[in-house]
Amino acid sequence: MVETIIFFIFAGLAIGSAISVVWHKNPLYSAISLVGVFISLACIYLTLASPFIAITQILVYAGAIMVLVIFVIMLLNVENEEEKPTRLNYLYALGGILGLGLFAQAVFIMYAVTNTGAKLPSAEATMGLTKSIGTVMYTQYLLPVEIVGFMLLMAVIGSVVMARKAEVKRLELVKTRED
Amino acid sequence: MTDLALYLTLSGILFAIGTVGVITKRNAIGMFMCIELMLNAVNLTFVAFSRYYNDTNGQLFVFMVMAVAACEAAVGLGIIIAFFRNKISADVDDASILRN
Repeated sequence: MVETIIFFIFAGLAIGSAISVVWHKNPLYSAISLVGVFISLACIYLTLASPFIAITQILVYAGAIMVLVIFVIMLLNVENEEEKPTRLNYLYALGGILGLGLFAQAVFIMYAVTNTGAKLPSAEATMGLTKSIGTVMYTQYLLPVEIVGFMLLMAVIGSVVMARKAEVKRLELVKTRED
Repeated sequence: MTDLALYLTLSGILFAIGTVGVITKRNAIGMFMCIELMLNAVNLTFVAFSRYYNDTNGQLFVFMVMAVAACEAAVGLGIIIAFFRNKISADVDDASILRN
């Protein structure tokens, strides 16, 4: 019963924050709303007996990724979105149709899964704890974890290569400095 | 005890909102944030089914998705910075060199 109340509170918060992400024109407001979505989803993960994922959600998403996003917003000094005449206006119609289709799909899932009467079973005691996840991670899924580590290394190198200034300009800078 | 259907419906609604955002946003950073929203909706499905089958493997998948999202954030924001440096704008409509 308590889980249901908590679920509805945070589900409403998550949906409201998600609509706010899409609604606001200012990217900074969208970013702050997205933090609200992440935190309410973390609380919903707690009701699903997965404390490790909840903490990781707050650390990685609300902590690291959103700090990066807000840093870039501040760095680029992105202004509010302006109406442009060249904008392809049919994208709004396309977005509305796709959104309605996916929403209808969500309603259908609600209907279909409710009809099967799928109740959540009582959780096992070790379910979702850091120890059980770590055991699986470093035995059964050792190779994927190593690959993810390598992918993170590639992402670090790739972002540095992508974000630095062009090589030609740097050479010109060196030349002018030597002159 | 909350039903599985409620969690899946919440996930579907969040995914739909994220899709609308990706298509209607003009700002590259806004589109990026909506993609993060969609990834989170999928993560919720993984965790809900992991709980339903009492199986820890689903939560490991969520961990992998989070790692991919972190990589995507680093590389994607690097691309946005490089684009901004060339066009002095983060508007995806300005990325039209190939059209002409």
